[in-house]
Amino acid sequence: MIVLYRAHHRYWLLLLVLLCTGVTRAAPDFPALTGRVVDDAGLLSGNVQQQLEQQLAQHEDETSNQVVVVTLPSLQGYAIDDYGYQLGRHWGIGQGERDNGVLLIVAPNEREVRIEVGYGLEGTLTDAGSHAIIQDVILPPFRDKDYQAGILQGVDAILGSLQGTYEPVARRPAVDPNILFMLFVIFISIGESFASFFGSRVVSAGVLGSIAGLLSWMLLGSLAIALAIAFFIAVFHFFIGGGGGPTSSHGRGNYRGGGFSGSGGFGGGFGGGGGSFGGGGASGRW
Amino acid sequence: MQKVTLDGWIKLLSLAAAALLLSGCGINNIPTYDEEVSAAWSQVLNQYQRRAELVPNLVETVKGYAAHEKEVLTDVVEARAKVSQMQLPDDILSNPAAFKQFQANQDALGSALSRLLVTVERYPDLKASQNFLALQSQLEGTENRIAVARRDYIQAVKRYNTELRTIPGRWWRDFLYPESELRENFSVSEDVQQPPGVEF
Repeated sequence: MIVLYRAHHRYWLLLLVLLCTGVTRAAPDFPALTGRVVDDAGLLSGNVQQQLEQQLAQHEDETSNQVVVVTLPSLQGYAIDDYGYQLGRHWGIGQGERDNGVLLIVAPNEREVRIEVGYGLEGTLTDAGSHAIIQDVILPPFRDKDYQAGILQGVDAILGSLQGTYEPVARRPAVDPNILFMLFVIFISIGESFASFFGSRVVSAGVLGSIAGLLSWMLLGSLAIALAIAFFIAVFHFFIGGGGGPTSSHGRGNYRGGGFSGSGGFGGGFGGGGGSFGGGGASGRW
Repeated sequence: MQKVTLDGWIKLLSLAAAALLLSGCGINNIPTYDEEVSAAWSQVLNQYQRRAELVPNLVETVKGYAAHEKEVLTDVVEARAKVSQMQLPDDILSNPAAFKQFQANQDALGSALSRLLVTVERYPDLKASQNFLALQSQLEGTENRIAVARRDYIQAVKRYNTELRTIPGRWWRDFLYPESELRENFSVSEDVQQPPGVEF
């Protein structure tokens, strides 16, 4: 009996494992986004890489379009069209609100190349346009194994087609720290009248923190950050109770320490702006 | 006077706190996922529509070079007609028969188109024409977009249906959203990605 049961048990487990592995679509492994040029297949010399990086950075400064060149040693058995849009989404190339990213993907071992176009640029860099760039500009040098020339000329052609979308915009509209600071001062001053109104600093700290938290949740859309702000304001309000009002320099210092820099922390490195892809573009083989 | 206001404040606060807590355990999941399903579905419709709009132009171009390939061309025209004539009922996403019909019509157009493209291989003049090349790349791009949109839709529906069927989503449904229905999904077999084998 027990043996039988155990055997069944094992089959069930096997079935379960099969079901689980069969249904989920395994996502490919994606390379790290190390810059605007990710040369994992090692097709580009250092100079060319630098030149491309500069060209692409300048294009982003002017138009906010993010164009990224990526060479891959392997497509891991995926079709390049299938791999491409997933990579674009994974990296989030393009500004979130515009989906204006483009990937030039080269897989030398599969001998495949693709221009993957984000939703927002599908009208400018059309499928037919991408197709023409691949066939007429990129593939001829690729057939002579001159990958650098193909990629350089391809990028020129892509940027050329995109120039029509010139429209400088402020990228990544982060919350202005000055406004945050003003809000903070306002909250702390309102807090004083709350304190005298409720007569208890614990209650007023709770009320103030909740209002601040709800407000920032609505404004920033992140519950975690909102809770942190609520907690910070409540605690700050509670502890300044002993002394007089906050001196502005004191408030500022504490506030900066409060961890707001996270939301806008895109320092010097390159990161995707959160754009998305829907399969636009074209592929070619050589 | 002051005491009443304090009570009011506390009530308001506890309401706000309750809302915060509840959203943490998924009270909004069903409508949120439902919206995602609708968005993914309109994307699917968009892309199919885009393909249908390419067909007349494609047929005209091919006719110019390969007029006697009547059979294949008629197939495409008829399949296109079927696709555009089908009236989509409002409840198509929860109506298995209509959904199946929709899928069958679109699949028929898809295979008619791919037969057409195979036929075209025999006409080098046509293949070399700029007009045809542009159309062909648009068609390829559109097929690829359809594939992406379908996959997104499949994922959205999977998430939504799972939410309706599992706890606590099931409870929320009984409690707050009794009118929510399971959504139809595309048959997985076509869309499960098989890593292609190496061909020699």
